Amino acid sequence: MLPYLLWALLFIIVPILLIIYYSLCVETDSGLVFSLQNYSRVFQPIYLRIMWRSVALAFMCTLFCLVMGYPVAYIMASKEYARKGFLLFLFLVPMWMNFLLRTYSWLTILERNGIINSVLSVFGLPNIDLLYNEEAVILGMIYNFLPFMILPIYTVLKKMDQSVIEAAQDLGADSRTVFLRVTVPLSMPGVISGVTMVFMPAVTTFIVSDLLGGAQFMLIGNLIEQQFLKIRDWNFGSAVSVILMTLIIASVAIFSMVDKDSEGGALF
Amino acid sequence: MKILRVLAPALVLAVLLSGCTGGGDDQVTLNVYNWGEYIDEDILATFTEETGIAVNYDTYATNEDMYAKLKSGGVSYDIAIPSDYMVQRMIDEDMLETLDPDNIPNLQYIFGWLKELEYDPGCVYSVPYMWGTLGILYNTDLVDDPVDSWNILWDEKYSGQIFMYNSQRDSFAVALKKLGYSLNTRDLTELEAAKAELILQAPLVRAYLGDTVRDSMIGNEAALAVVYSGDAIYCIENNPALAYAVPREGSNVWCDAVVIPKGSLHKAEAEKFIDFLCRTDISLKNTEYIGYSTVNTQTFDLLPAEMREDPAYWPGEDIFRICEVFVDLGSFLKEYDRAWTEVLASK
Amino acid sequence: MKALKKLYLGLMLTFMYAPILILIIFSFNASKSRANWTGFTLNWYVELFRDPSILKALYNTITIALLSSFFATVLGTAAAVGIDALGGKAKRAVMAVTNIPVMNPDIVTGVSLMILFIFVFKFFPAMKLGYVTLLLSHIAFNTSYVILSVLPKLRHMDGNLYEAALDLGASPALGFFKVILPEIMPGVVTGAMLAFTMSIDDFVVSFFTTGSGVNNLSILIYSMARRGINPKINALSALMFIVVLTLLYLVNASDNSKVKINEE
Repeated sequence: MLPYLLWALLFIIVPILLIIYYSLCVETDSGLVFSLQNYSRVFQPIYLRIMWRSVALAFMCTLFCLVMGYPVAYIMASKEYARKGFLLFLFLVPMWMNFLLRTYSWLTILERNGIINSVLSVFGLPNIDLLYNEEAVILGMIYNFLPFMILPIYTVLKKMDQSVIEAAQDLGADSRTVFLRVTVPLSMPGVISGVTMVFMPAVTTFIVSDLLGGAQFMLIGNLIEQQFLKIRDWNFGSAVSVILMTLIIASVAIFSMVDKDSEGGALF
Repeated sequence: MKILRVLAPALVLAVLLSGCTGGGDDQVTLNVYNWGEYIDEDILATFTEETGIAVNYDTYATNEDMYAKLKSGGVSYDIAIPSDYMVQRMIDEDMLETLDPDNIPNLQYIFGWLKELEYDPGCVYSVPYMWGTLGILYNTDLVDDPVDSWNILWDEKYSGQIFMYNSQRDSFAVALKKLGYSLNTRDLTELEAAKAELILQAPLVRAYLGDTVRDSMIGNEAALAVVYSGDAIYCIENNPALAYAVPREGSNVWCDAVVIPKGSLHKAEAEKFIDFLCRTDISLKNTEYIGYSTVNTQTFDLLPAEMREDPAYWPGEDIFRICEVFVDLGSFLKEYDRAWTEVLASK
Repeated sequence: MKALKKLYLGLMLTFMYAPILILIIFSFNASKSRANWTGFTLNWYVELFRDPSILKALYNTITIALLSSFFATVLGTAAAVGIDALGGKAKRAVMAVTNIPVMNPDIVTGVSLMILFIFVFKFFPAMKLGYVTLLLSHIAFNTSYVILSVLPKLRHMDGNLYEAALDLGASPALGFFKVILPEIMPGVVTGAMLAFTMSIDDFVVSFFTTGSGVNNLSILIYSMARRGINPKINALSALMFIVVLTLLYLVNASDNSKVKINEE
C-alpha cells in the first residue's frame, strides 16, 4: 500500500497539482498571473453545451457496453465455457491492432460506397447514410470500450461462490429469480469497475468523433486537446480538465452516498 | 496460471533484450524530426554512406505536437521540418539557429520566390522543403459547373456532397478568401463575417475531415472537398475522375521548411544534411517519393512534362499574386478558436 | 439455450473482428489507398521486413507493454489489497486519486508527466526523456486499470480465510500468496491484460514522454496519418494478429491436453 501511495503522490497527485496550478493562471505580458478567468470561461453556455454533449454520448456508450457486454461476460463465466478462457482473450486481441487502422476500417464499412451499403444495393435496397452522425460516434466508442466492460464483469462472475446460487435454487428460486436476485447483485462490483473504465475515458475521447463524426460534434476531449496544442492555452485547457474531473468525482461521491448500502457503491 | 506461463519467459526476454539496444561510439548522430512518410528513407542511408554521419529519424504527427515537444526542452533535435507559420512562431520565440549560407551552397537551386516568403525572407533560419496550395478537389462525374470560385462550396445543389477541412485556420482561410479578405486577418469584423459565412455553409457540409479526406474522395464519397495540393495529386493518381482547382479569389500557399532547432549539438553536420537535401539528385529522388511540388529549380526541369504542366502539381510562380502564406497569429488565434467553436456548435 | 449463447457470442465476435478482417484484407492491396482495390500483392510484407524503423518500434511497443503491465500488475494488486482493507473516507479518497488517470484526457496526462520529468531532470542533468520515462508513464496510467480489475474480486473474498491462515501460523506473505492471491487471480489476470492493451494502444502519452531514438508503433502510425498510413502497417497488424491467435491456440491446446492427462 505504501509504495502505491508514494507512487500515486509522484505520478498522479503532483501532475494534477500542476494542472490545477495552470488552471488558476492566465498568461500576460509579464508572465503568469493568478486569475479565475479560465473557470468563469468554462461556464459559458457554449462550453457547457460541449460538456453536456460529451457526457451524454459517453453515457449512451456506457449503457450500450453494459447491455451488450454483460451477457458476453455471463455466458463466458458459465460452466459450459469454463474451459474456454481463451475466448476472453479473443475480445481483447482486436484492441491490440492500432486504433487508427481499426477506425479507418469502420469508415470502409460505413461509407456511402462502403460495405454495408454495397450489400444493401445488391438486394436492391436504398443506401443509407451511416457516417458522420452521432450514432456513428457512439458506435465507434462502443467498439473501442466494450472489452473494458466485459473483462471486469467476467472476473466477478467467474468463480462466483456457486454455493450461494445453489442455495437459492434449493430454496426454490427459478433461474430468472436467481439471476436477478443473486447473480446481478453479486456482480455489481464488476459492473461498477466496468462502468468506470468505460464512462470516464469515453467522456474525453476525441479522435473517434473527428473520424466517424466528421468533426461536427465538438466534444470535451477535442476542446482540451485543441487548447493544449493548437491554441497553446494550457491554462484554459487545464481549467476545463479540472472542472470535468471535479464533476465526475462529485457525481461518483453523490452516487455512492445515495447507494451506500449496496455492494457496488461501497467500492468508491 | 497459463497466461503467466507465457508471459514470464517473454518478460525475461524483454528485459534481456532491452539491455542490448543502444551502444555508444564516436560517430556523430544527427537527430532528425519529421512527419511520418515524409522522406525517402533510402536518402538517409545514402547520407550516412557519403558522410559517415549517422541519422536517427523520429516522427511526429502535427506541427503542434512537434512544437510542444521541442518547446518543453526535454528533447534535442538537429533537424526539424515545420510548416511556414510554425517556422515563423519558432523564429519569434528564438527556437531556431540561423543558417550559414556558405555551408549550404546548394541553396542556389531553390526557386528565388520560395526564398522570399513572408515567414522567413532570405532563408535566414529555414530552407524550403516542399510546397503547394490549398484548393478544391472535385469529382468531375458529380460536378458539372466550372470550379473556379469558393462560392461553389456554398451552392445548395451540392448539399451533403461537401467535405471541408477539419482545421480552424484552413476553414477560415476559405471563408475569408471568399469574402476577399486576407486569410491572416486580425480584424474582428472580418473574422465575424467569415464566421457567419461558415455557419451559413454548415448545413451543406457533410463532414469536416482531416487525413481521411483522401480515401473518401478517391472512393467517390462526395463531390467537392477542400484539400491541399499534395493530397490532391495523390487522389487524382488514384481516381482519374477527380480534378483540382485553386479558386480565383485566392487561397493559401504553404511551404514546409527544414530548420535547425536551438539546442542542436551538431549544427555543422545539420547544415551538411540540409545542403544534401537540396542537392539535385537527392531532391529528385525525394520529390518522386513524396509527390509534392518541388522547391528545386533543377529538379523541376528533370520532371516529366505532364507533371510540369499539371496545374495541381505546378500552379506556377504567378499563384503568389493571389495566394498568401499562413502567418502565425500569436494570441489572436484564440479569436479564431472561439469563432470556430461557434461554427461547430451551430450544427 | 446453448445455441443461443453461441449465436450471441458469435455475433459479438463478428462485431469485434469485422474491422480487423478488413484491415488484414487491405494488407494485400496493391494500392496504398483503402478506397481502391488494384490487385493482390505480398509486397507490403516484403517491404515490412526491410524497414528497420518499424521493427524497432514494434520491439519497443512489445517490451514496454510487457514491462509496464508487469509492474503495474504487481503495484496495482498490492495497492488493491491495501485499498480494500481501508474503510470509509480514506478508501474513497484513495479511489478518487486512483480514478484520476482513468478520467484524465490523454493530453493532460501526457503533458503533465512530461513537465514532471523535465522538472526532475533539472536535478539530474544526466537523465533525459526516453525508454525509462516512457515505461514509467505507461505504468502510471496502467496501474489504475489493474486496481479497478482486482478490487471487485477482493470484495467477494471472505476476509476470514486470511485471518484463519494467520491464526494457523502463516506469515502475512504466505497468507497473501496462499489464500488471497489464488482467490483474486482472475482479477489480477484481467488487470494485466487490460494494462497490456492500454499500453499497446496509447499514442498521446507515449509521444510526450518519449525522447529521441525511442519510437513505438503508435507514434510511428499516427505520424504517418498526414501522408497516408503505409500498408506495411496493415501487413504488420495481420502478422501480429496471426501470431497472437496461434499462441492462444497453442496455450489452449497444451492446457487441454494437460487437463486430459490429469483426468486420466
